[in-house]
Amino acid sequence: MTTGEAVSPADAPGSDETSPETLSGYAQLWWQGVKYGELGSLPIIVGLGVIVLIFGLLDDTFLTERNFTNLLLQMAAIATIAIGVVFVLLIGEIDLSVAFVSAVGGVVMTLLIRPEDPGWPWWLAIAIALLCTTAIGFVQALVITKAGVPSFVVTLSGLLVWSGVVLILTTQASEVGTIRIQDDTVIGIANDFLSDVQGWIVAVVVVAAFAILQVQTARTRRAGGLVAKPTVVMVLQTLGLAAVTFAAVWYANKDRGIPKVILILGVFLVFWSFIASRTRFGRHVYAVGGNAEASRRAGINVDRVRIAVFMIGGFMAGVGGIMLASRLRSVATNTGSGNLLLLVIAAAVIGGTSLFGGVGRVVSALYGALVIASIQNGMDLLGLASGTKFVITGLVLLGAVLVDAYAKRRRVARGMA
Amino acid sequence: MMGTSQTDGRLLECTGVSRAFGAVQALYRVDFEVRRGEVMALVGDNGAGKSTLIKSIVGIHPFDEGEVRFEGKAVHIHGPRDAAHLGIEVVYQDLALADNLDVVANMFLGRERTHNVVVLNESSMERASREALDSLSVTTLKSVRQRVAGLSGGQRQAVAVAKSVMWDSKLVILDEPTAALGVAQTRQVLDLVRRLAEKNLGVVIISHNLHDVFDAADRITVLRLGQRVATLKTSETTQQEVVHAITAGTLDHVPGMADAPPIEA
Repeated sequence: MTTGEAVSPADAPGSDETSPETLSGYAQLWWQGVKYGELGSLPIIVGLGVIVLIFGLLDDTFLTERNFTNLLLQMAAIATIAIGVVFVLLIGEIDLSVAFVSAVGGVVMTLLIRPEDPGWPWWLAIAIALLCTTAIGFVQALVITKAGVPSFVVTLSGLLVWSGVVLILTTQASEVGTIRIQDDTVIGIANDFLSDVQGWIVAVVVVAAFAILQVQTARTRRAGGLVAKPTVVMVLQTLGLAAVTFAAVWYANKDRGIPKVILILGVFLVFWSFIASRTRFGRHVYAVGGNAEASRRAGINVDRVRIAVFMIGGFMAGVGGIMLASRLRSVATNTGSGNLLLLVIAAAVIGGTSLFGGVGRVVSALYGALVIASIQNGMDLLGLASGTKFVITGLVLLGAVLVDAYAKRRRVARGMA
Repeated sequence: MMGTSQTDGRLLECTGVSRAFGAVQALYRVDFEVRRGEVMALVGDNGAGKSTLIKSIVGIHPFDEGEVRFEGKAVHIHGPRDAAHLGIEVVYQDLALADNLDVVANMFLGRERTHNVVVLNESSMERASREALDSLSVTTLKSVRQRVAGLSGGQRQAVAVAKSVMWDSKLVILDEPTAALGVAQTRQVLDLVRRLAEKNLGVVIISHNLHDVFDAADRITVLRLGQRVATLKTSETTQQEVVHAITAGTLDHVPGMADAPPIEA
């Protein structure tokens, strides 16, 4: 439950002999954790490596700058919606309605900015759309908590209801069932790119902020006489982050640049990571997912936490829906349908968030979305048939769940879960 | 005994308390008392009313009749929050720990320390957790940043007990603290229980294991069929006597029939 890179003290179980104050001790503890099933982000890094290798070999265009920026564009909405799903999974619940709730967000915004009808400004339309999707999360959570109906059933009926609402709204507004977006700002959300210089500035700010946060955390911990991360590890992690960030900006700049939507995603990732790992509310989210009864006895208002989490799910679905609408420059009767739901839940799970609650990090939404989008993108390039794509995506999800189950068995075998 | 006031060390006094669930009289005119700095064991067969008594004291199933005094003052406890406010903490058998969180997070669950209201003050919580564990001489925990899932039964019990004494508590109630533990870990927990009493807290320990009871407790209250049949000093009684009280202690009242006043023990 710390911020930062794959390796964090919380991921490394304590040991009798090794001290986490030195680099070798830190690495030893981390490796010990991996062996005992505290895999962290390791499977994702390995998985991404394999994907890049396979598709890079099979298709010449996969590793091009052009495709890299495309990939970022495709990944953004999935990751955004998956952030909300991570929160819902953290409390041990599920939200099957996110895809159509995201569609509701996209449709409501699109309808409100239609020129002259009613021709609202883009910011107001977006605010109303997000208000709607957050309210949907609130209402669904109210049924789940107050009536005691499992979230699976409530959000399953939500899936039907909101798909119906999307159909009604789109067919009423347009005979052909497709509504085009004509507002340049809204289209720009998922179609504009940062300039080269802007991209570099963002990269520098991200790395600097990470480094400063690390140093500050270590300083306050040492000042309080507590064990802190060794400086070498902090330097290595910062260098690692810098390498990835700068490489990404450099490569994207060779094409059109870093998409604006990635910046938006980044802001949400940082914000929700902060909420999850550094605030009282975040702590309560993990506690409710780990042991709801203990949380209740500890005086945590469990229902309120649940409701807030489903509202986060609805809100982030709305944001993702707006990104998707912007990218396609339109909404249609089939918005939110297809495999969107499966992709976002798969992204959260593949990223390392447990389906059983209490385990996972916000950033796993990004990792999972990267994997899922890479596979989709690679298969599109190879021109695979829809059926084949479904089969492969399904197998990848199964593989991720199996890795999780295996890791959990290792933890159980050692009495750690 | 230190810290005594006009109540000569009496911390909790329940007088003639009863509780019925429908037709079942779970507790009938029970007198129960805990002093500061003593370990009071609560024993009895299954269904004798031990758990009901505890749950009633902390207000989960409030008493139907009778009087409860805490630190000499009559109190009405309507729920665990009231009880915690008075300084009564219960360590339940299932410990109520979140496995996915570390020791610090568990010890501060629901009462997290923060900078400016929202942001967790991890350093302060970590230090306080360490201090609480050290004050109870808990040495078996290497790191308070360990996840609870990785702890042994004894370590979990230690965390749960340390958690209960962090909040300026005056009375700690332990429900079967040694039920699932091995010999060495039972030893550690019983030592922990003694240390609580040395810190001048009142301690109630519910146990089926008379060996543990004689090891750790100063006095023993025996319940049978919802009534108190004996209150004995550990130093002046034997296991046989306690077993006899548990299985065949004389009932003062027959509920619903004679409404005789309680006999002083």
